[in-house]
Amino acid sequence: MKYTKESYKKVVDEHTPKNKMFKNCILAFIFGGTICTIGEIVKNIFISFFAVPKDDAIVMSSIFLIALSAILTGFGVYDNLGKYGGAGTIVPITGFANSVVSPALEFKKEGYILGTAANIFKLAGPVLLFGYFASFCVGILSLLFK
Amino acid sequence: MNYIMSFVVGGLICVIGQIVMDKFRLNAAYLLVSFVVSGVILGYFGIYEKIVEIGYSGATVPLPGFGYSLAKGAMEEASSRGFIGALSGGIMKTSAGVATALILGYIVALVSNPKRK
Amino acid sequence: MKKIGKQTYKIKDNVIIRDTYTIVGPKEGEGPLKKDFDMVVQDDLFGEDSFEKSERKFQVTAVENLLKKNNLNKNEIDLLISGDLLNQIVSASFAARELQIPYIGIYGACSTMSLSMGLGALLIDGGFANNVVCATSSHFCSAERQYRAPLEMGGQRFMSAQWTVTGAGAVWLSNYGEGPKIKHVTFGKIVDLGVSDANNMGAAMAPAAYDSLNQHLIDTKIDYDLITTGDLGTVGKSIVNKLFIDDNNSIENKFDDCGTIIFDLEKQDVHAGGSGCGCSAVVFGSFLYKKLKNKEIKNLLFTSTGALHSPTVTLQGDSIPGIAHCIGIEI
Repeated sequence: MKYTKESYKKVVDEHTPKNKMFKNCILAFIFGGTICTIGEIVKNIFISFFAVPKDDAIVMSSIFLIALSAILTGFGVYDNLGKYGGAGTIVPITGFANSVVSPALEFKKEGYILGTAANIFKLAGPVLLFGYFASFCVGILSLLFK
Repeated sequence: MNYIMSFVVGGLICVIGQIVMDKFRLNAAYLLVSFVVSGVILGYFGIYEKIVEIGYSGATVPLPGFGYSLAKGAMEEASSRGFIGALSGGIMKTSAGVATALILGYIVALVSNPKRK
Repeated sequence: MKKIGKQTYKIKDNVIIRDTYTIVGPKEGEGPLKKDFDMVVQDDLFGEDSFEKSERKFQVTAVENLLKKNNLNKNEIDLLISGDLLNQIVSASFAARELQIPYIGIYGACSTMSLSMGLGALLIDGGFANNVVCATSSHFCSAERQYRAPLEMGGQRFMSAQWTVTGAGAVWLSNYGEGPKIKHVTFGKIVDLGVSDANNMGAAMAPAAYDSLNQHLIDTKIDYDLITTGDLGTVGKSIVNKLFIDDNNSIENKFDDCGTIIFDLEKQDVHAGGSGCGCSAVVFGSFLYKKLKNKEIKNLLFTSTGALHSPTVTLQGDSIPGIAHCIGIEI
C-alpha cells in the first residue's frame, strides 16, 4: 500500500459526498422558524386568553413545545422531522426534549430504573452540566463585578 | 410582526447550527452544549437580551435562549442571595422545562415503543 | 502446506456450497433483491419484545430453515460457525443455545460471513468436519442502539453513512454432493489508514478490501468473472476502484459491492448503501449464489469487509481498523 495516513485522507475527501449544505440550511431555517413561531403564538395565547404574566407565558410556551416534542417522539414522528429539518429540529427546545425522551424510550427494555431512568440523561446530561456550570460561573462573576 | 421576527430570528439561529454541523461534521451533542454555553455567555454580557427584544420567541425557544435563562436566573438570584443564589438561580429558572422533559419522557417511555425504521 | 503465495490457502475439490438460506427485514424486502430472498419478515421485531431477541430469532430461523429445506438433521451438522455485530456476539451465541449444534463463535464485524465460510472450508478440507453451517446476522435497530444514537432521536445522517441490513444468512458447506466449490481462501491483514469517522465506514474499510483482493489476485492469478465486496457502499467502492486504477490493474467492469446491490440507493434513502454482517450474507445467499447455480458466472471472488469499530476506543481518539477476507468460488 503506497498510501500514508495523510495522503489517504485526501483520497477519502475526494470520494466522500458532501452534505447538501445550502438545501439543509433552507430547511433548517423553515423548520426552526416554524417551531419558534408556534412558541410565539402559544405565548400570546397564554398572555391574552389566560392573563398569564409575560415571563411565565414564556415558560408555559416552552413547556408546551417540550410536551409536543415528547408526544411526537413517542409516536415516532420527531425523528422523521429531524431527517429533513436537521439543525432546525435540534436547536430549538423541542430538540432538547427529543434528546431526553428518545433514550428514555430506547432503553425501556433494560428496565425502568437501570434502563430508562439511568439513560434519560445520556444526551441531555452534557447540555445540563455545561449549562449549569456556566450559569454558576456567570452568577459568581456578577457577584464579583457588580 | 412578532411572528415574522420570531420566524426569522429562530430560523437564523438554526441555520448557524446547521452550518456548524455540516462544516465540521459535528455530533449533535457538541452543537447543543456549545449553543447553551454561548447563550449563557451572551446572556452575561447583556447581548442576548437585545436579541430577545428583536426576536421574541425566535430567541427564547432555541437552546441559546435556554442558556440565556440560566444566566439571567443565576445573576438575579446572586444579587439577592449571594453565593447560594449563584448556585441555585440558573437551575431554578429553568427547572420547569427540564422537569417537564423528564416527567413526560418517563411517561412516554411507559406507554410507547421505538417505531419501525 | 496448502498455502500458495503469501496469504492464500488452496482447497482441494472437496468443499461444496450445498445450499443457502436468507431471511431479511421489511426494508430489504422492498429492495431490488426482494424476489431472491427465501423469506421476508414484515415485522422488525419478528414477534419478540426487543431488537436483540429479534436478531437472534432471525439467525435461528435462517439455520433451522436451511436444515429443513435440505431434510437435514441437526446431528448431521458437525459445526456451526457464526457471529454477529453485537457485544459478546450475543445473537450468535444465543442462537447456538437454541440450535444445540457444536458452535464456534467468531467476531469479524461485517466480514463475518466470509470469515466463517473460510474457516469452515479449511476445517472440511482438513478432514475435521463433513458438514458445516456458517451463519451471521445483523439488525438495523440493535446495531443503531449499540453503535450510534437512539432510534427516535431526530437528526440527519451524513451522505457517506450506511444503513445496517436487517437480516440473516446461513450457508451449508459439505464435503459431498453437487454445487459451487470453494477453491481458495485468503484471510486478510488488518489495514488502518487512520479513518476515525464512524459515518464513513466505507472509507475505513476500502484499504483493507484492496489489500486482501490484491493479494488474492496475485496469489491465485485467476481471472474472476465477478468480484464482490461486502459492504463498502458507494464511497468505499469508488475508493477501491481508484486504488486498483492506481496500480494500472482496473477491476472496475467486474467489481460490485453487496451494500450497493441490496438497496435501491436512489429511492430507499440509505445514503451510501447497506452495511452490517447481514449485508454480504444475504446478498451472497440469494443473488450471488443463484448466479453461480444458474451458471451465469463461472467463478466468483466473494469478499466480506469489516470495520472493527468500537464506539469506546473511537471516543478515546483511535481510528477504525479495517479487514477483509476473500473466498474464491468456482462452479
